[in-house]
Amino acid sequence: MKYVDEFRDPQKASALLQEIQQISDRIHTQRQRPLKIMEICGGHTHSIFKYGLEDLLPPTVELVHGPGCPVCIMPKGRLDDAIAIATHPNVIFTTFGDVLRVPGSEQSLLQAKAAGADVRMVYSPLDALQIARQHPDQEVVFFGIGFETTAPSTALTILQAEAEQVRNFSLFCNHVLVVPAMEALLENPDLQLDGFVGPGHVSMVIGSDPYTVIAGRYRKPLVVAGFEPLDILQAVWMLMQQFEQGRCEVENQYTRLVEAGGNSVALDAIQRVFEVRDQFEWRGLGSIPESGLKMRSPYAQFDAEVKFDLPGRSVADHKACACGEILKGVLKPWDCKVFGTACTPENPIGSCMVSSEGACAAYYKYGRLSTQEKLPQPKRVMTAVH
Amino acid sequence: MTLSSSISSSPSSSQRSSQHSLLQNAQRLNRSRQKLRDKTVTLAHGSGGKAMRQLIDDIFVSNFDNSLLSPLEDQARIDLAQLMQMGDRLAFTTDSYVVDPLFFPGGDIGTLAVNGTVNDLAMSGATPLYLTCGMILEEGLSIETLRQVAISMKRAAAIAGVQIVTGDTKVVHRGAADKLFINTAGIGVVRSQVSPAANRLEPGDMILVNGELGNHGAAILIARGELALETDITSDCQPLNGLVDRILEVCPEVKAMRDATRGGLATVLNEFAQSSGVGIQVEERSLPIREEVQGVCELLGLDPLYLANEGKMVVVVPREKAEAVWVAMRSHPTGADTMIIGEVVEAPIGTVVLKTAFGAGRIVDMLVGDQLPRIC
Repeated sequence: MKYVDEFRDPQKASALLQEIQQISDRIHTQRQRPLKIMEICGGHTHSIFKYGLEDLLPPTVELVHGPGCPVCIMPKGRLDDAIAIATHPNVIFTTFGDVLRVPGSEQSLLQAKAAGADVRMVYSPLDALQIARQHPDQEVVFFGIGFETTAPSTALTILQAEAEQVRNFSLFCNHVLVVPAMEALLENPDLQLDGFVGPGHVSMVIGSDPYTVIAGRYRKPLVVAGFEPLDILQAVWMLMQQFEQGRCEVENQYTRLVEAGGNSVALDAIQRVFEVRDQFEWRGLGSIPESGLKMRSPYAQFDAEVKFDLPGRSVADHKACACGEILKGVLKPWDCKVFGTACTPENPIGSCMVSSEGACAAYYKYGRLSTQEKLPQPKRVMTAVH
Repeated sequence: MTLSSSISSSPSSSQRSSQHSLLQNAQRLNRSRQKLRDKTVTLAHGSGGKAMRQLIDDIFVSNFDNSLLSPLEDQARIDLAQLMQMGDRLAFTTDSYVVDPLFFPGGDIGTLAVNGTVNDLAMSGATPLYLTCGMILEEGLSIETLRQVAISMKRAAAIAGVQIVTGDTKVVHRGAADKLFINTAGIGVVRSQVSPAANRLEPGDMILVNGELGNHGAAILIARGELALETDITSDCQPLNGLVDRILEVCPEVKAMRDATRGGLATVLNEFAQSSGVGIQVEERSLPIREEVQGVCELLGLDPLYLANEGKMVVVVPREKAEAVWVAMRSHPTGADTMIIGEVVEAPIGTVVLKTAFGAGRIVDMLVGDQLPRIC
C-alpha cells in the first residue's frame, strides 16, 4: 500500500534487528539484566503484537507495555458515571466503540444499551454533534476519552457547538495527559525501566519538548516513534545507541509528523476549552495530580459533569485483577491470577483485557505463541456454519 | 404482531357439478396474475386478502416463475427419483439476511439471500437445487424496492442454476423490522463419495482461498456512508457452486470447504483448527487483499482477516492435490485469483498462526463480539 509498505519492509527490519543485536551484545558484556524499554502508547503495544516484534528482538531487550491505552486506565467509577448519564431518560449517549465493553462496577455501556439506554457508537465527536443537530429534543452526550491525541478534536467540536449554539450537546470529559502519568510511574520504586518509546500521535500535538523532564529529572532516554514496525524498531535502535554511548536525551524518530513544539492550532483548541484537573484517578495507578483535563467554566453549558448529577464514586478494582501492576510494567499479563481464565476478552474483569490496545488483550489475542507454555490451553468451542 | 399467509393459496375444493362452469370462471379469474398498483407496502399486503395476492403475483410469482412454484400449493413437491440420480445425501440449510443498507456496490439483499444459501449448500459438495423465500416486510417499504430485490433474486437464481419454489410473506408494523428481512432455505444433493468436513484436516494438508479477502465487509461499511469515504470496492457476492464443481472434478476427496462469510477468513480457519485438533499456519504474504481494503482497515483499525466475504471459500486438500486444485480453481471465473495461503500443521493444536512478512508468528484468534454490526 502506498506510503505504508515502506515502513513494513522486511529487509530493512532485519538489518535494524541485526544492529540492535550487535549493540545489545556489546552492552551485555558489562551488564546482566535485560534492558527494559517501555512503550507508553497503546498504539505501539498493538503494533508490537500485530507484527510479532517482541519475538524478533534479542532476549536481552525487553519491551514493557505501559499505561498508554486510554480505555484501559479508565476507572470503574467514571464508567458508572457514564452509565448513569446514558440511562437518563431523554439522553442519547455517544462513544467510541472500544469503550462500550469496558466493565463498570455493575455493567458495561453495552449492557446498559441492551437494557434500553440509547447508546450509540460514533467514529468522531463531530458525528455526536451531528446527532445532536438531528435530535434537538434530546440531550446528546459524548464520552470524551483519550490522551492529547483526541483532545483537540473534542475541543474543536465544543467550539463548533458553541458557534452554532447547539444547546442539547454536552461532553463527559475523560481526557488525560501523558507526561504526568509517566512521572507518576517513574516515582514508583518498583519500576526498573531503562528508557521509553514515546507516543507518536500524542507528540504530534504536544511536540517532543515536554519530555525533557523525563530525560532531565528522571534520567531516562526517550525516543518519540511512529506506529509502523520499522518506526518502532528504529526507535529501539536509537535508544540502544543512547544506552551504549551513555547519552540520555529526547530524540524524535517520527520526524515526518512530529515537531519539537507540537501543533499550535491543536494546542490552542485544548487550551481554550480545557483546564487541568487537580487530580484524576487512573485505573491501577490511583489518583495522579494534574493528569486529567476538565472543561473551563465558560463552557459549563456543554459540560455533562455540570448538567447531570453524577454518583462520582471511586470504585476499587476486582481483588484478583492485576491491571495496575501490569500497567506499571511490574507484572506481565500471564502473572495475573485471572488472566485467560476468569478474565478473557469475552468476559473482561480488568480493562486491560477490553481494548485491543490493552496489554492483556494483546497478549491474549496475539501473544500466546511465545508465551503459550505459561498460559491455559484454548478451550475447544462449538463451530457454527453461516 | 405479525399478519401472515403464504404465497400459495389454492382455490376452494368444494366444487359441485351444478356450479361447475361458474366456479371455473371464478377460478380462472382468481388464477390470472394480479397487477399491483400500490406504491408502498401496507399491513393489507400481509393480511391474506386480495392486496396480498396482488403483491405475491406481481412481485414474486412473476419473477420466480417455475413449474414447481406455479401450482401455488402451500409447499413445493419435488420428485425424489430425479434427486437420487444426483447423489446419495440431501443437503439442507437455512439463512436469514438482514443487511443494512439493502443495496450496496456489487449486490443487494436479494443477491445475498440467493448466493448465501447456494454457497452454504455447495460447501457440503452438494449441487444446490431449490430455495425457499421467506420475506418479512416493514410497513411503509417501497414496492419498487421490493420489486428490485425480487428481480435480483431471480437473476441470482438463474446464474446459480437454482429455482425458488415456495415462499412466505409477512408484513409487520413500522419499526418492528428494518425495511426488509429475507430468509432462504435451500436443498441440494450431495455427490456420492464426497464429504468435506471441518474435522477432517490432517497435518500436511494445504489451504487455498479463491481470491481477494474482505471486499464485502469493506463495501458494506463504506456504503453506509457514515465514514464519508469514496472507493471503488464492490462486494464479492457470487455463487460458488460452479467453482466447487471444478474442485470436485479434480479432487473429490477434498477435506474441507467453507465460505468465509461473517467473521471472515480468520473465523473459518479457527473453526477448522479447533474441529480437527490441528494447527494452521498461514503466510501473510500470500493473502490476497486489495490495497483499498487494506487502506480502509488501516483507517478504522480493523483486520481484513475478520471482514466478511460473500463469495470467498476456504478449501483444504491433501498436499499432493494442491497444485491440481489450484489450477482447476484458477480456470473458473470465481476462482481466477486463487492462492495457496497456508498449510495444516500438528501444533499448536486448535490455533491459527500467521507468519508475518518479518518472519515472526502471531496468533489469529476468534473474534470476540462484532467488528461491525449486521453485514450479511
